[in-house]
Amino acid sequence: MKPSTLKQILLITDGCSNRGEDPAAVAALAYAQHITVNVIGILEEGHAEHSVSLEEVENIAKAGGGVSQLIYKQALTETVQMVTKQAMTQTIEGVVNQELKQILGPGNTLDDLPPDKRGDVLEVVEDISETANLEVLILVDTSASMHHKLQVVKEALIDLSISMNARLGNNKFAIFGFPGKREAAVKVMDWTERLENVSSVFPKLATGGVTPTGPALREALHEFSRQTLGKRSANDGMTEYEEFGS
Amino acid sequence: MKNSAAEIRTGIRLSGKWHHGDYPLIRKLGSGAIGSVYLTERNGIHAALKISDKRTSMTMEVKVLQSLKKVQGYFLGPCLFDTDDYVSPSGQLYTFYVMEYIQGSRLDTYIKAKGPEWLPVLLLGLLDDLDHLHRSGWIFGDLKLDNLVVSEKPARLRWVDVGGTTQLGRAIKEYTEFYDRGHWGMGSRKAEPSYDLFALAMTALEILNGGRFAKGETPKNSIKKALHGAGKLRPLLEKALTGKYTDSIGMKQDLVKLLMKKKSPTPVSPPSRMTKSNRRKTGLGESIVLSVYAIICYVIYLLQ
Ligand SMILES: Nc1ncnc2c1ncn2[C@@H]1O[C@H](COP(=O)(O)OP(=O)(O)OP(=O)(O)O)[C@@H](O)[C@H]1O
Repeated sequence: MKPSTLKQILLITDGCSNRGEDPAAVAALAYAQHITVNVIGILEEGHAEHSVSLEEVENIAKAGGGVSQLIYKQALTETVQMVTKQAMTQTIEGVVNQELKQILGPGNTLDDLPPDKRGDVLEVVEDISETANLEVLILVDTSASMHHKLQVVKEALIDLSISMNARLGNNKFAIFGFPGKREAAVKVMDWTERLENVSSVFPKLATGGVTPTGPALREALHEFSRQTLGKRSANDGMTEYEEFGS
Repeated sequence: MKNSAAEIRTGIRLSGKWHHGDYPLIRKLGSGAIGSVYLTERNGIHAALKISDKRTSMTMEVKVLQSLKKVQGYFLGPCLFDTDDYVSPSGQLYTFYVMEYIQGSRLDTYIKAKGPEWLPVLLLGLLDDLDHLHRSGWIFGDLKLDNLVVSEKPARLRWVDVGGTTQLGRAIKEYTEFYDRGHWGMGSRKAEPSYDLFALAMTALEILNGGRFAKGETPKNSIKKALHGAGKLRPLLEKALTGKYTDSIGMKQDLVKLLMKKKSPTPVSPPSRMTKSNRRKTGLGESIVLSVYAIICYVIYLLQ
């Protein structure tokens, strides 16, 4: 099996979208191009009402075929990892289940296999998540309210790269902040294998108030297509999986 | 297992969907991130049953237990008896597996009751087990106090919960921050023997310090400070924490050397700095070492 590339956008925000198109629609567009969208919403401690809504977070992730979590900032490190890994497994399991249906006939999923057989299939899932290449575009809300959370975001991202770089597959990370001065989102760190030097990258904070989540997601999506064009590879992640029906 | 609390509980019986085994849940032994473990009975003998709705994790744990089976005869992890699904009356699907029940006490409780000289002795046995595990291509991963049980007759450290066990060279599947060298900025999360040895050294430090300690601003200094309380094990633990041992055997050899050195009449550390209780402990440790030494001599004598 040749290694394939899983593409993810990880949106980290503490507010609701209040400018531009519906972020869930953009997430659906991303998913249609085999890019998974995960969302982590950070809650404000000691506040009864939060500016980030569970509904929006869930809607974006659902449309984007990804995973969402609403948490307090102390849980960010473990959540960033959990969400990333879970989305990888979910994507791969989805493909494997589809293959299974082709082999075993419709209506057959992993649950219909006895536990011992299931192990063999899941081993395949695990092998792929260990060896697949991973590209994660991290889209961080850098509006004023995020200011005191950015330190935790940095630590979580460094920890994420420690975990992901222990895998056999290659990783690439890029970081975008939103909103930008003129654009919806700006690249603050170009594609790299290591996030250790993330510390220096967060820019001067933009003025608070606007959270153009939809347009920012679109910016992220464009980045992926620019990248793909650059590589001149027409294959997107999924088509490369086609081999393992045999 | 949010909604399972009511459905899966002590007193009920589970019957397997595929193999039709029938298991009473006698008593809850513990629970964690993945699932709950109950005491059960199989052919009139006590066994442990782990149940969860996290299908993927459970299946992978079973895989690990199955492959450990092949290198058994040498106590590597609990022995696996059965694996099956359970469909609850409400229709919810669970996965469970039945394994050997490992009876014993927690390592810290044991050391408190029996004396600190037991720590190096038990570590010695565990290093042997780790060596076997590593040689068969696995890294334990989530090595920690909670996952170690001292079983008696003979006294031996056994491990429960193979959820973190990872194939050599891959990314560690499951870890606990305090025992994870990545968390301390002292290494990668790649599954290699030195990863387990780091966790083992942290476990020893936790016991010797009477608890965990915080990472602080400079993690390395926090560890250094904790090492001050490690007594004679300090150089050994320091080597393990800085990744100087590439395999368990290296660490084991150093530990044996350290334990043997104690019989030499020249005191290594100035006696004046020793507290009274320390001296008593050392005395006990010495007698243990001497008896181990005597046994080794006897074995060598027999072999000749
Ligand atoms: N074979 C066994 N014999 C005796 N006790 C056991 C056995 N397996 C597990 N236990 C007990 O059950 C507890 C929970 O089991 P286990 O650690 O496997 O669950 P978990 O959900 O994987 O937890 P964790 O969050 O630590 O990974 C253990 O700490 C131990 O006390």
